[in-house]
Amino acid sequence: MTEQELQAIIFASLKKVAPESIPEDLDPDENFREELDIDSYTFLQMLVHIGEQTGVEVPEIDYGRVSTLSGMQGYLTARLSSPDSGKL
Amino acid sequence: MADFCMPSLGADMESGTLVEWLVEPGTLIRNGDVIATVETQKGLFEIEAFEDGILGEPLVQEGEEVPVGTVLAVIDAGKGAEAQTTKPVAAQAEATEERPPSEVFQERILASPAARRRAVELGVDLNAILGTGPDNVIQINDVEQAAKQRGVTKDKDETSVQPSSVDADAGMRKAIAAAMSVSNREIPHYYLESDMDMTTPLEWLEAENARKSIRERILPAALLLKAVALALRDVPQLNGYWVNDQLQMQSGIHIGFALALRSGGLLTPALHDVDTKPLAELMQTVGDVIERARNGRLRGSEMTDATVTVTNLGDRGVKTVLGVIYPPQVALIGFGRIAERPVVDQGKVVVRRCLTATLAGDHRATDGHTGALFLDALNRHLQKPEAL
Repeated sequence: MTEQELQAIIFASLKKVAPESIPEDLDPDENFREELDIDSYTFLQMLVHIGEQTGVEVPEIDYGRVSTLSGMQGYLTARLSSPDSGKL
Repeated sequence: MADFCMPSLGADMESGTLVEWLVEPGTLIRNGDVIATVETQKGLFEIEAFEDGILGEPLVQEGEEVPVGTVLAVIDAGKGAEAQTTKPVAAQAEATEERPPSEVFQERILASPAARRRAVELGVDLNAILGTGPDNVIQINDVEQAAKQRGVTKDKDETSVQPSSVDADAGMRKAIAAAMSVSNREIPHYYLESDMDMTTPLEWLEAENARKSIRERILPAALLLKAVALALRDVPQLNGYWVNDQLQMQSGIHIGFALALRSGGLLTPALHDVDTKPLAELMQTVGDVIERARNGRLRGSEMTDATVTVTNLGDRGVKTVLGVIYPPQVALIGFGRIAERPVVDQGKVVVRRCLTATLAGDHRATDGHTGALFLDALNRHLQKPEAL
């Protein structure tokens, strides 16, 4: 999966749970949950969607690493290139 | 014979618009079946029948606004057995193939009403789906998943009438204003707050979740709701209504769950019989209710039969919620943010994950002592998460 494809999946997942958001306009280093007022249920739905598209399930212990768009991208890239990294 | 009337979905509702009949006249319906959708100031709701019988000709047409109590149709309970069934209206509009409705509605396929309708909308055969809900009940997401795999895509809002968002926002604001004004005018509130150490329950939950797939993950909110329900069993005086100058305790524990909508406004749909639901099932119910609230598919009963309200503002970083009771209920429980705080434990300062729980009580119905017993029971249940 290319970087662009992964970004497209992340953006689509965000749009799915927060349809009014414009992911392209967000600061990639900003906490998007706070920025977009995404509650814990909505965040979980976003992770479910990302999991379906990428096969990567983000464990709760790693939530802190995926709270920004750049963090999410980096985390998923690492998990996809080495399936065991980031697991419990 | 029974009248199927425009229901009152809250004390502030005077009229409603019949948006859609979901069942054709002549259909055999059962108590609890969703048979129409109604639009009010608070949005679009599904309305259930409270009788078994044959649905008569509509007395109110789609698009008509009528006062609460207006007879919408007559349900004939007499000739239930020999009824010939016809398919629901939604199926007529969208089904891609002829299918006897008896197959959908009368065989023992376990599926939620919302899943059944979505299946009709998407032309999905329920027989071909394996449900992921409790007891393998087919749920709406199972249907959508099946449709997706088949490559069927259809806009679910195609046939529903959506109010313009400006009207809906203004209407919802007005409804909230009316209920909260009554509350602050008539209910002498008392407030109690108590800090709860969430370290033990959260560690238990994290260990549970680590064993589960992401779809089965349980949020801390489910733990809190279940603990509230069990504490209300211990202190039932807080679960009920203040009517005719007296407290009417309710046996079912139906928790109104305050839910902020992304479009603005607030709904408090009821989660039914929370004290009897295992956590996994409760979490699924919460998810189902949130999705339906956001898509305008709540049931009428879910808007009216909450016996108590829980508001959880923890996601927004708030520490303490001092809530306004939703009349005629007599209590509201508020949760703030779970955060690390210094706690003194056996003479030592330690860092624990803590939460401030509050109770707003109606002083006509109960006294602070009762409220204190409740918060104490709530904490006890939270500290034994494996029993939740």
